[in-house]
Amino acid sequence: MKPTDIAAPDYFHKVVDCQWACPAHTPVPEYIRLIAQGRYSDAYMINWKSNVFPGILGRTCDRPCEPACRRGRVEETPVAICRLKRVAADFKDDIKQRLPKPAAKNGKRVALVGGGPASLTVARDLAPLGYHCTVFDADPEAGGMMRTQIPKFRLPNSVIDEETGYILGLGVEYKGGHRIDSMKALLAEKYDAIFVGSGAPRGRELDIPGRKEAAANIHIGIEWLANVSFGHVDKIGKRVIVLGGGNTAMDCCRTARRLGGEKVTVIVRSGFEEMKASPWEKEDALHEDIPILNYMVPVAFKHVSGKLIGVTFQHVKAEYDDKGRRNLVPSGDPDQTIPCDDVLVAVGQENAFPWIEQDCGIAFDKWHMPEVDPKTFVSTNPKVFFGGDAAFGPKNIIWAVAHGHDAALSIHKMLSGEDVTERPLPEVEISSQKMGIHEWSYDNDISIDKRFKVPHRDKVIALKDIRAEVELGYDVKLALGEAHRCLNCDVQTVFSTSLCIECDACADICPMDCITFTDNGEEDDLRQRLKAPSLHPDQDLYVSSDLKTGRVMVKDEDVCLHCGLCAERCPTGAWDMQKYFIEMTHAGSTCPTKSRSAA
Amino acid sequence: MTYIAKPKFHHPGLKKNALGYTHRDYEGKISTLCAGCGHDSITASIIEACYGLSIEPHRVAKISGIGCSSKTPDYFLGNSHGFNSVHGRMPSVLTGANLANRDLIYLGVSGDGDSASIGFGQFAHSIRRGVNMTYIVENNGVYGLTKGQFSATADRGSKSKKGVTNTDNAIDLVAIALQLGATFVARSFSGDKTQLVPLIAAAIRHKGASFIDVISPCIAFNNHAGSTKSFDYVREHNDAVNRLDVLVGRDPIAVDYAPGTVQVVEQHDGSKIALRKIDADYDPHDRLGAQTFLARHAAKGQIVTGLLYVDPEADDLHEHLNTVETPLNALEADTLCPGSAVLDKINASLR
Repeated sequence: MKPTDIAAPDYFHKVVDCQWACPAHTPVPEYIRLIAQGRYSDAYMINWKSNVFPGILGRTCDRPCEPACRRGRVEETPVAICRLKRVAADFKDDIKQRLPKPAAKNGKRVALVGGGPASLTVARDLAPLGYHCTVFDADPEAGGMMRTQIPKFRLPNSVIDEETGYILGLGVEYKGGHRIDSMKALLAEKYDAIFVGSGAPRGRELDIPGRKEAAANIHIGIEWLANVSFGHVDKIGKRVIVLGGGNTAMDCCRTARRLGGEKVTVIVRSGFEEMKASPWEKEDALHEDIPILNYMVPVAFKHVSGKLIGVTFQHVKAEYDDKGRRNLVPSGDPDQTIPCDDVLVAVGQENAFPWIEQDCGIAFDKWHMPEVDPKTFVSTNPKVFFGGDAAFGPKNIIWAVAHGHDAALSIHKMLSGEDVTERPLPEVEISSQKMGIHEWSYDNDISIDKRFKVPHRDKVIALKDIRAEVELGYDVKLALGEAHRCLNCDVQTVFSTSLCIECDACADICPMDCITFTDNGEEDDLRQRLKAPSLHPDQDLYVSSDLKTGRVMVKDEDVCLHCGLCAERCPTGAWDMQKYFIEMTHAGSTCPTKSRSAA
Repeated sequence: MTYIAKPKFHHPGLKKNALGYTHRDYEGKISTLCAGCGHDSITASIIEACYGLSIEPHRVAKISGIGCSSKTPDYFLGNSHGFNSVHGRMPSVLTGANLANRDLIYLGVSGDGDSASIGFGQFAHSIRRGVNMTYIVENNGVYGLTKGQFSATADRGSKSKKGVTNTDNAIDLVAIALQLGATFVARSFSGDKTQLVPLIAAAIRHKGASFIDVISPCIAFNNHAGSTKSFDYVREHNDAVNRLDVLVGRDPIAVDYAPGTVQVVEQHDGSKIALRKIDADYDPHDRLGAQTFLARHAAKGQIVTGLLYVDPEADDLHEHLNTVETPLNALEADTLCPGSAVLDKINASLR
């Protein structure tokens, strides 16, 4: 193999698996270290810059970082990254003085359609640069789906108010109760740019026999959740069936339990394991005595005189064709009717753009989605950008934030007369953490603690009050214990070939057998000759140039603990522990563009 | 020296030996030697050899004297028996322990100061008696603990870190071990585990006095230009006579089966040493030849490494003395001390 180019921004970024997996590339180990030091406000601000909603996401994020966490490859469970984010939000001091002040206006006006996470992220990036940002939303308060679709027992209003307030406080104009009905009319208002972050606001229908007749007791999940959120709905029947297996279905069933549902059942078409809901959301539902029945397809709503009495299901099983594709086929068991008083339909969401006229320069594809460039988020109308669920269909908050950052950068470049397709490189800093002969600026004594559980409110009390937050969050002591589980993957092991005397000290001391000195070869061959088996070929091999004996140093990055023992044991300083910090490019960053690809 | 404990985590895919142990189960405490010390590589090699042989750690007794090298038994086989004796007295303590209980595997670890100076006589007598042991000298040619004086194995003409030239002749422990009748004699280099690990494994399997001299650069005081025991010097002057594979009925320790002349040496416990000869003329069964070979190469400034001599049919001190097979601690009191009538009988036979 060729020697690894550690100067390429992507190489070390990939070693920080959590940050690499996060759509917004939040510097996770950095803020976890700050939490361990009790510097909660600093940890919060790092998050605020990157993922914009630390308190909200610390409760609701879909956590793509956690399955990627190296700790999950070393022992059973990853670091509770998401819940540590909440710790930063819960224990911070007043950070208002640290936020940008409303900037002098630069004369450019940007309209933002929808008041959810994507639009607010665009506003957060553009307002400090002097853009006049106007957010339009049909609801009176900002937050979008974060406010209307996530139950208050998971995300209290106070948290949404605080974090949307920080953005609106940057000098952003919020026009609540102002639904945009016509793109043409908006374009006519001569905004310099328009960002559409209107989400995927329509719940998918389930058009099976009986739907119309029993309509009074069949509710579309996200609409019902919004009605509960605004206080329009405050009760439900005793027997409730929730159809669907995503996170909305989990929110629906748990909400129904709190509004009088005594026998609430979730029923999904697929298998339990394949459900789209996050594992922890399924756990929470089961904990609240909500059974989840699987491989059952709804075929009819049963009703008597216009009143819903139950749902009939066909039992199915999974069969796989030659290409491994799954088909659900009838199992042969007789259909089953389950009695109920109300049904909540949470079988998916769709985008709806009835307000965008065909002739305003915005092209739509065959699925009725706007044609949007996945890097720049610009539509076929160069002044109109899309982001969040409105751009590519339903995902989650952290993706909406990531889209918002990229779209804001595009808008800034476009309005600065620059080429939007030229994406500036991120800023990268890498510096030694050596403080003394055997002292490092980070805690390299690896904790063997198992993941700490987040305390929950007592179930009986939680089920009585729909606004009582179920998760109580870590206290300071638990947070410290969990923070110490982080393996500091951003403190990289950096090897200098010229200093190595091949004494084997690093290879001998490495607790994970990551380091091998051997003859060079092709990657597949080298992976066969490592000291410990190569379990994850997707994890990089770090290969040195030729050493004095003609061999090379090969380090499998897979399960490195970043404990620094290799560097402590090295008599010549050939190994060094260097902290790598990557600052993603946001609107207003000044890092020059280069031809190589950015991280 | 390391101030944090080695993390308990290990690679999730580590292989296990016949006993179900990974090589991590053969570790001891964290080393307090200087970073980069060759002794730590020897520690790692002993761990690897014991893991490869699937030795039960509680069947090993590791004994040492005083010095950097003699600290190292604390860093491997944490679950075995250990005795850190007085300076240079490891061989007699080991001999005593061996006579009391022949069921254990005896691993003597010493240094050039411990064995070639104060313990020179002890070394010589344990070898000539044929104690069943593996005697490893971690040889760096320098007194590291007292900041870099020449030891008795430092080559004449080599230079200290301060630039002083050594005017004394060196003791070659390998040559002396051969002369004194060791039945397994080898030399290796701490920076060459491929060679060292199977040598240690073979020495452990050998019944009789096994001696391995391991050149182990002292990174703090003897790894400079002018030293003849530095990483660079040893790599440049190393003449390996052979490479070993040790097969004990399970996986071989090394799996490099490149074509060439291979001589399989069967031990009397049935295990085999497959000896790969690099030097076509070299016969590891010829003690006299080995001595000549060693002297000839030493005169050329070459460091001969590999298995230099082995007698696969060796016997040991217990056989010479016709001792009881049962360990003394397993004998009943009346057997150990049969009474005055028996003593009288013995005394009478000697009159």
